[in-house]
Amino acid sequence: MKKLVSLLAVLVLGLSMLPMQNAFAAQEVVNLYNWYDYMDETVFDLFEQETGIHVNKMYFTNNEDMMVQVRVSPGAYDLVIPSDYCVERMIAEGMIQEINFDNIPNFANVIPALQTPDYDPDHKYCVPFMWGTLGILYDTTKVEEEVDSWSILWDEKYADEIIMLDSIRDTMGLALKLLGYSMNSLDPQELKAAMDQLIAQKPLAKAYYVDETKDKMAAGDAAIAVMWSGDALYAMELNENLKYVVPMEGSNIWIDTMVIPATAKNKENAEKLIDFLCRPDIAKMNCEYIWYSSPNAAAIELMGEDYTENATINPSQEVIDRCEFFHDIPDYIMTFYTNFWQQVKNAR
Amino acid sequence: MMKFIKRFYLGLILAFLYIPIVVLIVQSFNAGKSRAKWEGFSFRWYGELFHDPNIMNALVITLAIALLAAIFSTIIGTLAAIGIHAMKKRPQHLMLTLNNIPMTMPDIVTGISLMLLFIFTQVERGFVTMLLAHITFDVPYVILSVMPKLKQMNKHSYEAALDLGATPVYALTHVILPEVMPGVITGAMLAFTLSLDDFTISYFTTNPLVQNLSTLIYSQARKGIKPTMNALSALMFVALLALLLVVNKRSAKEEA
Amino acid sequence: MTNFKVPVWGYWLMGIGLAAFIGLLIAYIRKNRGFRRPIFASPYVLWIIVFTVIPCLLVAYFSFTDPQGNFTLDNFKTFWDSNYATRQSLGPDALKMYEDMGLSLEDLGLGRSSININTLVFSLWMAFLCTAICLLLGYPAAHIMADREFRLGPTLVILFVVPMWMNFLLRTIALMSLMEDSGLINSILEWVGIGRQKLLNNTAAVQVGMIYNFLPFMVFPIYNVLNKMDYKLSEAAMDLGCDKWHVFYKVTLPLSVPGVVSGITMVFMPAVTTFYISRLLGGGKIQLFGDLIESKFLSTSLNEWNVGSALSLIMMILILLSLGLLNKVDPEGEGGGMV
Repeated sequence: MKKLVSLLAVLVLGLSMLPMQNAFAAQEVVNLYNWYDYMDETVFDLFEQETGIHVNKMYFTNNEDMMVQVRVSPGAYDLVIPSDYCVERMIAEGMIQEINFDNIPNFANVIPALQTPDYDPDHKYCVPFMWGTLGILYDTTKVEEEVDSWSILWDEKYADEIIMLDSIRDTMGLALKLLGYSMNSLDPQELKAAMDQLIAQKPLAKAYYVDETKDKMAAGDAAIAVMWSGDALYAMELNENLKYVVPMEGSNIWIDTMVIPATAKNKENAEKLIDFLCRPDIAKMNCEYIWYSSPNAAAIELMGEDYTENATINPSQEVIDRCEFFHDIPDYIMTFYTNFWQQVKNAR
Repeated sequence: MMKFIKRFYLGLILAFLYIPIVVLIVQSFNAGKSRAKWEGFSFRWYGELFHDPNIMNALVITLAIALLAAIFSTIIGTLAAIGIHAMKKRPQHLMLTLNNIPMTMPDIVTGISLMLLFIFTQVERGFVTMLLAHITFDVPYVILSVMPKLKQMNKHSYEAALDLGATPVYALTHVILPEVMPGVITGAMLAFTLSLDDFTISYFTTNPLVQNLSTLIYSQARKGIKPTMNALSALMFVALLALLLVVNKRSAKEEA
Repeated sequence: MTNFKVPVWGYWLMGIGLAAFIGLLIAYIRKNRGFRRPIFASPYVLWIIVFTVIPCLLVAYFSFTDPQGNFTLDNFKTFWDSNYATRQSLGPDALKMYEDMGLSLEDLGLGRSSININTLVFSLWMAFLCTAICLLLGYPAAHIMADREFRLGPTLVILFVVPMWMNFLLRTIALMSLMEDSGLINSILEWVGIGRQKLLNNTAAVQVGMIYNFLPFMVFPIYNVLNKMDYKLSEAAMDLGCDKWHVFYKVTLPLSVPGVVSGITMVFMPAVTTFYISRLLGGGKIQLFGDLIESKFLSTSLNEWNVGSALSLIMMILILLSLGLLNKVDPEGEGGGMV
């Protein structure tokens, strides 16, 4: 009995030391809150080798989840990657702090047009990381027609073969586009119509996924999926029968940016990481790993034709012109979005 | 004939419970990453397991939390059981009712209420808050397993020991504890396994940096579970099975 | 967003509370002139106040206040009519404006909507179904194992517990991979000639997942009760001329009620409140009440914590009520559950 107790005591001491070691180690860290599969993991190793700063990685699935977590866990994150419309909201709510651009010399590599976006007009708060479009990925062995419209999602031929995107703004937005409205609609009537469309579509949907979609499509588990361009390219790499299209009704174009929460504990390390990610060779590595479009002019130059010739990663001006950015929706209209989205999710 | 049908029925139900586990263990020996295709036998994932910092970190946190929670909740719970047992009827009833709350409350509500507490008092969620939450849901089970043993023992032995000049601590450790030890051990083991497997409450009381195995698995579920996770759980499963056999053998010996 | 800060008086209150607790403790020790046993329970009393009672009060507090901290019943009205909060946030002026434009509430999608209640009813139905199926499957199994002539019984019971040592999320994911389009079950179905079926992402899949997770909780308490039952009773009944079925109806079944009751509790409760099983096996298409609560707290760009608290409170009260009812049937708690 005594032996058992002393053994237990040793175990407890040993075990309780281990996580503490992580917490109190003298090593410099930066806590990164990121989308799943959004950066090449070797980039972090390189970063640690060069600067001695360890990157702690945490992941989120969509912008809305991320916003809640940043609100309720002050101090937990040093660097976050929200999309454009969320940056607007985060600035307005004072959730993020100004970046010291003196620490980010590589910011000069960013395409000039993207240096002062309208969600951050004075360019104080954010540095673009990647951009892309929303579109339809389809399997040419299962879909013989040429896809060019969102209406294919409502085609009963493909019942149980369609994967929808579990993200409120994107999915409400595509339904709005189908009906010919703006993706930033503030009109309750339009939103109601979009909801009705999505509820009518739901029986045809195989699932509402985000991160699972690309692997399912690569494995040939579904015919059609709503997807972001980079995830689509990833799946296309694995399955040559897949094709990506930005529907003619128009779609969403977005920029994901790097921001530093107001409560960040390691601001300078976060700035070092931002600068590192803007370095042309590193930006190239990330771009070639996740296949989203790069806002980094120097990196694009490095990648050459591989990048510029690819219509998915480098869409034509015509495609860009029919796309729309999301904007922050004021709360009193956002309740419509949330409410209607809830009804879509609850429809059976 | 009847006998056969009965056994067949039991076999079916056990198969329902075990087939996913078997599949999981088989997958952990699959050389490839795919969950559907068999690409040959290999120990690859068992090797990679020990180099996966996420999983190793989560394992350490899970075990540390389970052990610490088991120890603290056993101490608090055993003392509480002794105290409650000696109470007068009405306070005793009140305490038992209070004790029932954490057990009957749905996990998700417990988790959310504790999250509200930590956010409201601005305690940063992490290892400590998760530990506090685990102790909170473990203690009632410890009390429940110690209580029956207390009921079996002589009511007045503690007071008798005090009258004979023992200090309260001495009376506690030398009179009461030896009698209720089996209950204490059951309680500790129960607490350990409960917090080893907890997901919902941990999910709400920790931050994404401090993950135990359950919350890690949940966050990976969307991306597809890595076979290394299967390898780990197969190992843990076998370890627990071995522990059970050893304990059973020992208790059989002691009885003999 | 609510500013989650403890007001100054909160700290005072905490300090006073702690001081009062210690004062009472000292007074108690003095009064009894010594270290009586009930003192041993004091750490736990403090613990339960801080980590159970206060959090519960917080949930109640949030469900009766708006984000600014004013008293309101709106959260419960929103439970009853999920469009209530939207109408409130629009305000009467905006509603009037739409009305002047000739748009009714229905045109705006703002008529009464009962999705919150529907979700609750659906969850209750799913949990009821799960409990009923577990009982139907589990009772015979427990009965067979508790049979005195069945030597393997005690060993087999352990086999029902062992799966629970493997992380239940992993087991559920393994179940999911079995049911996938290209999974083992579909391969077998194709081989047999039935052809591939869509097994995942529907209500049935979620139900199977729930049964898979909770079946052992039903078998165990029933087995416990049946095993402890005095077999002489049924033998006596047999001697008195009862046939097997009569013995079962008149003796075994009534005596096993406590086990059944605690089995029902242990299956029904987690089944009502689960949210990960539907997430994993429902493919994001199926929402249970647990999912709804979770989404109110963790995935919304609006501040819906107060509504979420109200939903939690409703769930808590429902559970307590049903437990109260069950306690009427089994006042002694003889089922004993897992312990």
